[in-house]
Amino acid sequence: MHMNRREFMQLLAVAAASGMALDSRSALAGKAPANFYDVPRHGNVSFLHFTDCHAQLLPIWFREPNVNLGVGEALGKVPHIVGQDLLKTYGIKPGSAEAHAFTYLDFTEAAKVYGKVGGFAHLKTLVDKMRAQRPGALLLDGGDTWQGSATSLWTNAQDMVDACIKLGVNIMTPHWESTFGAERVMEIVNKDFKNANVDFVAQNVVTNDFGDQVFKPYVMKEQNGVKVAVIGQAFPYTPIANPRWMVPDWSFGIRDDGMQKWVDDARANGAQVVVVISHNGMDVDLKMASRVTGIDAIFGGHTHDGVPQPVQVKNAKGITLVTNAGSNGKFLGVMDFEVKGKRVTSYKYRLLPVFSNLLPADRDMEAFIKTVRAPYEAKLNETLAVTDDFLYRRGNFNGTWDQVIVDALMEVKGADAAFSPGFRWGTTLLPGDPITMERLMDQTAITYPQTTLTEMTGATIKTIMEDVCDNLFNADPYYQQGGDMVRVGGIEYTVNPNKKIGERIGDMMLKGKPVEADKTYKVAGWAPVGEGAQGEPVWDVVAAYLRDKKTIKGVKLNTPKIVGIGKKNPGIADYDGSYA
Amino acid sequence: MNALRRNVLKGAAGAGTVAVAVAAGLLKPTQAMAAWNKPAFEAKNVGDAMKGLGVSAPADSKDIAIKAPDIAENGAVVPVEVTSNLAGTTSIAIFAEKNATPLVASYALAGGTEGYVSTRIKMGQTALVRAVVSAGGKSYTAAKEVKVTIGGCGG
Repeated sequence: MHMNRREFMQLLAVAAASGMALDSRSALAGKAPANFYDVPRHGNVSFLHFTDCHAQLLPIWFREPNVNLGVGEALGKVPHIVGQDLLKTYGIKPGSAEAHAFTYLDFTEAAKVYGKVGGFAHLKTLVDKMRAQRPGALLLDGGDTWQGSATSLWTNAQDMVDACIKLGVNIMTPHWESTFGAERVMEIVNKDFKNANVDFVAQNVVTNDFGDQVFKPYVMKEQNGVKVAVIGQAFPYTPIANPRWMVPDWSFGIRDDGMQKWVDDARANGAQVVVVISHNGMDVDLKMASRVTGIDAIFGGHTHDGVPQPVQVKNAKGITLVTNAGSNGKFLGVMDFEVKGKRVTSYKYRLLPVFSNLLPADRDMEAFIKTVRAPYEAKLNETLAVTDDFLYRRGNFNGTWDQVIVDALMEVKGADAAFSPGFRWGTTLLPGDPITMERLMDQTAITYPQTTLTEMTGATIKTIMEDVCDNLFNADPYYQQGGDMVRVGGIEYTVNPNKKIGERIGDMMLKGKPVEADKTYKVAGWAPVGEGAQGEPVWDVVAAYLRDKKTIKGVKLNTPKIVGIGKKNPGIADYDGSYA
Repeated sequence: MNALRRNVLKGAAGAGTVAVAVAAGLLKPTQAMAAWNKPAFEAKNVGDAMKGLGVSAPADSKDIAIKAPDIAENGAVVPVEVTSNLAGTTSIAIFAEKNATPLVASYALAGGTEGYVSTRIKMGQTALVRAVVSAGGKSYTAAKEVKVTIGGCGG
């Protein structure tokens, strides 16, 4: 769907006339949309922040989760609030454009009215508009920028590197970037980025042998006469969650002590504002903000939480603001600081949804994207099947898109069960949409796409599920890795997130029979982190399945029965299964 | 700069931290070389290993800092640093509590040496990494959990 603004307004009018529960009155009057992006500048120091765009250059659909459970101290707190509870927490009007951006509610209907989100040509227009009012503002890229699309994979990340330079990114920190290999990362940092004056910062990446910094820990910039420091925090568990052999000489980790050291260093060198671009994930950022002092704001990502306002975290010497700016190019964070007497005295923050229908495409960026895609268009646009169902990924336990993937793995590989990683990226499809190769690659485009078929005992299957579940629900955020639960095909189970590792998963059933600890099962999977896997790429397996099916409908979502979380947990709503 | 340092040190391969420390006179050679405490290092649990070191019921101490990853990047080489701020520290022992033989290292420090050791240990599974420090004739301890995970499936 591509519309100009006038057509969009007409559609809004039609939608309103047809009685849709939307913020149609103000939309009709042109009031809300027309001034949607009027964000007056506050103060004298500004940061623009996007994160986890996962290489989506064009507008897409992206549905926020209906299951995002918090455990331990995070129970019921931001970002573990979904749906209506999220709207209430932030005073967002149901049915409004913001409600659509920040929640899964009435997604299909609202998506048709408000249109697709993101796209670098539209983001560019918004960035330029914000910058015009904010001379000196810095554009920060929180990482997971080079991975997630067919074109980024096929161009070895070059499309995203060039797009980010055109967008005007000033400073970035990595996660999935590392899965292009250490050598490629260094090539981009030392060549493309160096030539374009883009800084690549990460205080928590050091060499394995001597602990030397691999990248600059931070950079010092000046805005309107005020010295500001931007520190980088890469995803701490890159060599664990992703293949270690791709970055064999680098060690990551959270490294609070390093963070404190560089904050103090920046302050000692005259920084009046110190901010962090972080790929920790929000729960880790919240804990870090309570332990490290002297940071004004942590601009966070990784966990893909679209958080409308910063969380204020108290620590020994003051308050640190913690944000999280969603994913897939859907949002731009705008932080304005007033700096007086050499310190931050006030702030204003907006997390702006990027509605592509409300932001005209930047011509130059649009042309660039067209050129980049040209050699691949035929391949990208191949329709593999049409979906009658609503296909999405994001959520703690499963999504319909992942169900299609595990169904395909089981059928094509002849497996009893299948595992698919709990990735939080991957776009959404509305009922009736074609499933093109491009949309399939949105779910699978990684540099280690091999599929596997392994004989596993029931005990091993449980161990794996417990291990991944602990990465998600360990009560201490520093032991969380920020992904969702492994998607499980073929095996039904019960989960209690509030238990300890080894005790969370129970009642495992396969085809109506209990999974036996000593019995061997054939389990299909993909994305092995070990070196040397040989299996067929997952997109070929799923593409074959889709071509064969032609139409995807009646996808049966395998979601676990959840216990121990209570019936009134704000981190879950409209769950496709039982919980208590 | 670092590449040069790396090459220089590669030439001296085998001269690990302990050997360098011995050369610098920080460790007593007799203890480093000769005092292989067989009962302690071969003990199958923490209690027996401590007994082998002549330690019983060490007191918890906040003056011992253990620096180790929250989640190990590679269970085969987990970097562990122990700093003892206890006056008169004479030895530092490191345990990986769930290893088949939990005592992984024991350092005797000459008087006046800074209470600091750095090493890499092997861990088969998630466990507490425990440091036991002898200082002024008494024993103290602190522990930190290091998780060993299968990997994969991250965000």
